[in-house]
Amino acid sequence: MPAIEFEGGQYESEPGESVLDCLTRHGVSVNYSCRAGVCQSCMMVAVEGKPTPVSQLGIRETLKAQDHFLICSCVPETDMTVAVPDRAGSLFETTVVSLDRLSADVIRLRLARPENYDYRPGQFLNLTNAAGISRSYSLASVPELDDFLELQIRIVPDGQVSSWVANGLQVGDSVTISQSAGECSYVPGREQQSLLLVGTGTGLAPLVGIARDALRQGHAGPIHLYHGSSAVEGLYLVDELSAMDRVHENFQYYPCVSRGAVPDGVRAGRAADLVLQDFAKLPGWRAFLCGREDMVKGLQKKIFLAGASMQDIFADPFIEAKD
Amino acid sequence: MSDSLFDRIGGEGAVDAAVDIFYRKVLADDRISEFFDGVDMDKQAAKQKAFLTMAFGGPNNYTGEDMRKGHAHLVARGLNDSHFDAVVEDLGSTLAELGVPNDVIGEVAAIAETTRNDVLGK
Repeated sequence: MPAIEFEGGQYESEPGESVLDCLTRHGVSVNYSCRAGVCQSCMMVAVEGKPTPVSQLGIRETLKAQDHFLICSCVPETDMTVAVPDRAGSLFETTVVSLDRLSADVIRLRLARPENYDYRPGQFLNLTNAAGISRSYSLASVPELDDFLELQIRIVPDGQVSSWVANGLQVGDSVTISQSAGECSYVPGREQQSLLLVGTGTGLAPLVGIARDALRQGHAGPIHLYHGSSAVEGLYLVDELSAMDRVHENFQYYPCVSRGAVPDGVRAGRAADLVLQDFAKLPGWRAFLCGREDMVKGLQKKIFLAGASMQDIFADPFIEAKD
Repeated sequence: MSDSLFDRIGGEGAVDAAVDIFYRKVLADDRISEFFDGVDMDKQAAKQKAFLTMAFGGPNNYTGEDMRKGHAHLVARGLNDSHFDAVVEDLGSTLAELGVPNDVIGEVAAIAETTRNDVLGK
């Protein structure tokens, strides 16, 4: 019978037994509730071996693509190594390939992509500074297009990691990153669907990755990217995104500025407000919202009320570290 | 009839179809929407799904004690029978929209009703 490996232990399963039953029978304590494939509280990730299709029913597409499954409804067909999703991460050493300013307070940091480093654009990783302090940054690069990992880092006054990047880090330096995590990424399958991408500040980073990934995979439906900033100086990658807008008929880029003078080609107002002005009804849409927590949480609710399904709204609020 | 209510109503597929419609009705319902201000929508949607699963007669591990603890902070903010009635009404109109027959809606409402005293801390 298939064996289940979990947190270093090996457990032999019995015929017809679920992964959950196998682990609990061996006295392993795991999280679960309904035991019927509904509540999703027993969700794990298959590090080795393939989850059965029935154990992935009702799970978000992005999590399915990352081999998440419900251990209560998976009768294993092969040996499996399973892990609690948040503990699946491991650390990688890599080197700085390039560092440049995208705006007064945003640095583009490119790192060599370590061998076997799997990720999806829009996921985040943790970057650890010389003092061992970590912060999360989203991935703007696309593994199939770029041989580097790209992060867009806002320099926070007294920010422990961003100041270290801005003031100390140089090309060729070695840095530590975590495995990527998060479910804010593009999954192919419904290529005619309308996509709505809304970001403030460096919330643009995951959206650039997601947009490039969707286009690369032949997404045919319209892709609307809104980038919001309080002042015009906060916009960045304007030329690159405007060029993408010209090249791809189904890609629209809307830079938005909520205060001060607004040059030609830039829209006046908050990105979240302009989205709802432009599109009052959003049934069937898929949305990715990244950046300031109040914007992301507020717009998540409004987009849902405008008709988008909860399963199709990916919200990635950037929460600032307190220290 | 040998099939359970959960199976007759369509099982997990029915829960998935109902959860968005139901949650949207609740959030847009002026009688009760204030109780959802500031909540984490992803977590709340998961709770709505668990609630619908229970109301549809499906598998669940809810206890009266869970219901009391989970709603105590809302009772302190004034949650009362009228709000409970509004939720049951939104649940009924969700099912009607999905074409569920009236007698089955009645069964679902009766299950939801069994939680009233615990939810309201009576």
